[in-house]
Amino acid sequence: MITSIATSMAVRIAEKRAGKFGSGVYSGRAGQLVERNFLAFKSSNWLVVISGFVEPVFYLLAFGLGIGKLIGGVTDGSGHTVSYAQYIVPALLATSAMNGAIYDSTWNVFFKMHFGKIYQAMLATSLGSLDVALGEIGWALLRGLTYSIGFMLVVAPMGLIPSWWGLLAIPGATLIAFGFASVGMGMTSFMKNFHQMDWINFFMLPMFLFSGTFYPISVFPEWIQWIIRALPLNQAVELIRGLTLGNLNLAMAGHALYFVVMIAAGLFFTTKRLTALFMS
Amino acid sequence: MIVAKGLSKVYGEFRAVDGIDFEVHRGESFGILGPNGAGKSTTMKMIAAVSKRTDGELTILGKDPNLKGPEIRAHLGVVPQKDLLDRELKAWENLYIYGRYFGLSKKFLKPKVEEMLAFAQLEEKRNSKVEEMSGGMQRRLAIARGLINEPEILLLDEPTTGLDPQARHVLWDRLFRLKENGVTTVITTHYMDEAEQLCDRLVVMDKGKIMAEGTPAGLIKDYSSKEVLEVRFGTDRNEATAPQLATIAERIEVLPDRILVYVEDGDAALEKIHALGLRPVTSLVRRSSLEDVFLRLTGRSLVD
Repeated sequence: MITSIATSMAVRIAEKRAGKFGSGVYSGRAGQLVERNFLAFKSSNWLVVISGFVEPVFYLLAFGLGIGKLIGGVTDGSGHTVSYAQYIVPALLATSAMNGAIYDSTWNVFFKMHFGKIYQAMLATSLGSLDVALGEIGWALLRGLTYSIGFMLVVAPMGLIPSWWGLLAIPGATLIAFGFASVGMGMTSFMKNFHQMDWINFFMLPMFLFSGTFYPISVFPEWIQWIIRALPLNQAVELIRGLTLGNLNLAMAGHALYFVVMIAAGLFFTTKRLTALFMS
Repeated sequence: MIVAKGLSKVYGEFRAVDGIDFEVHRGESFGILGPNGAGKSTTMKMIAAVSKRTDGELTILGKDPNLKGPEIRAHLGVVPQKDLLDRELKAWENLYIYGRYFGLSKKFLKPKVEEMLAFAQLEEKRNSKVEEMSGGMQRRLAIARGLINEPEILLLDEPTTGLDPQARHVLWDRLFRLKENGVTTVITTHYMDEAEQLCDRLVVMDKGKIMAEGTPAGLIKDYSSKEVLEVRFGTDRNEATAPQLATIAERIEVLPDRILVYVEDGDAALEKIHALGLRPVTSLVRRSSLEDVFLRLTGRSLVD
């Protein structure tokens, strides 16, 4: 039952990888983490999953169709007037990508780290820290992506995505979810207790309300506008809004780059932290 | 298969493992015996290539764990002290996904998972989640999981701590089978009976250092007498009686509740005690154990 003379398959797999760049932290098996999460997800609480999907729809109904009736049109960045619902749909899309990604990469990761202790068991195999980081972030991203696709399927038939560029909002939302998941897990990996975790919620709600989601940030004084522009959700909203309204400009490349930096930084710190926690 | 020379691990000021030397050979069952905090688990983590050594040399199958971590881990089966099972998954899923972490194919794992469920005597629990299983079952599942990649060396950290006597015996039976199959095992334990039962050879560890090395029988022979006579005179009188007892034995140990008299023939020693006019409340003659070896080496009991 045990091979002690012939080299086992697990060893051959690991040896094939050895010597390649980064083989100490990465085995190319982040997908196995996604597979593990899917197994766990099959028997999990579906209500939580569905709530994340309907949340932006409720916001759309309450604000877009409710308040929107009172307001009429809003002037978008390039001087066109669009309906209020059309104005907030991209913001809600960006927010649902963010929320989906944050949910899995913060609270779920926190529980897995401190109570499930599953990373410790994983890192006793030939997996590396970057596999775990990428796999968990990838899973979180999938949830963000699912939410945003679901939301698109609701709003597109309602005529709330006026431009065909809006199709690019899906890869855009993927990028946003990846960025938030990456930074979310990076921060969570440094947190030691629930108290610190509460800071995430404390930060998330105001960011959602004031990031140009429900009205243009031009209503604020100049210096507050600069603070908001530096926040990731405003970057995300501007990126998606440019796509769904068809107002392409060079600033959007900057927004995209912002998320590329978030992804890289989140992956770097998560990998470093996991290595320090479980492999030093 | 494992060679350690001057192996050390320092956390800040604390020398958890302090320059230890040992070798583990193919097919043997090697034990690290010591009380809690002796540095057993830290040593185990360094062997498992999840903790980097501070100093000294360590090679596992000729490879340096600091440089070839993933490769070495592919050779090993690890059964951690706290099981670390995936509580969100069912029993069979725990085995399956662990194999996947090693990159093993679904085709390979399908029969392998069945084989391991049978080995762990958990076929009926395949669809149970971890919390629905008893402590003994969880530990068996953890061992089965450690074997899923067909490891050459199995590392068991305190395999029966926290289990009831019956579950311990079931587990020992499983470990004997592995031994019969020629699996090299490294076991840490603070139970001397476990070390005597399972280990071909062992080191006694205390405060990060190795105090002695040998076979269980050899260690007993070297560091203790053949038999031990345990006598109780009552808590307040043990101390007072000790000088008299010292005259009839090569060595005695005065513990708070009893006196251990190390002799070749326990019954004969008891007769001599009676001849001295002493009347112990209770007396017991037994063979020397690793507990006595530990007491001799450190002046302390293993379990305190």
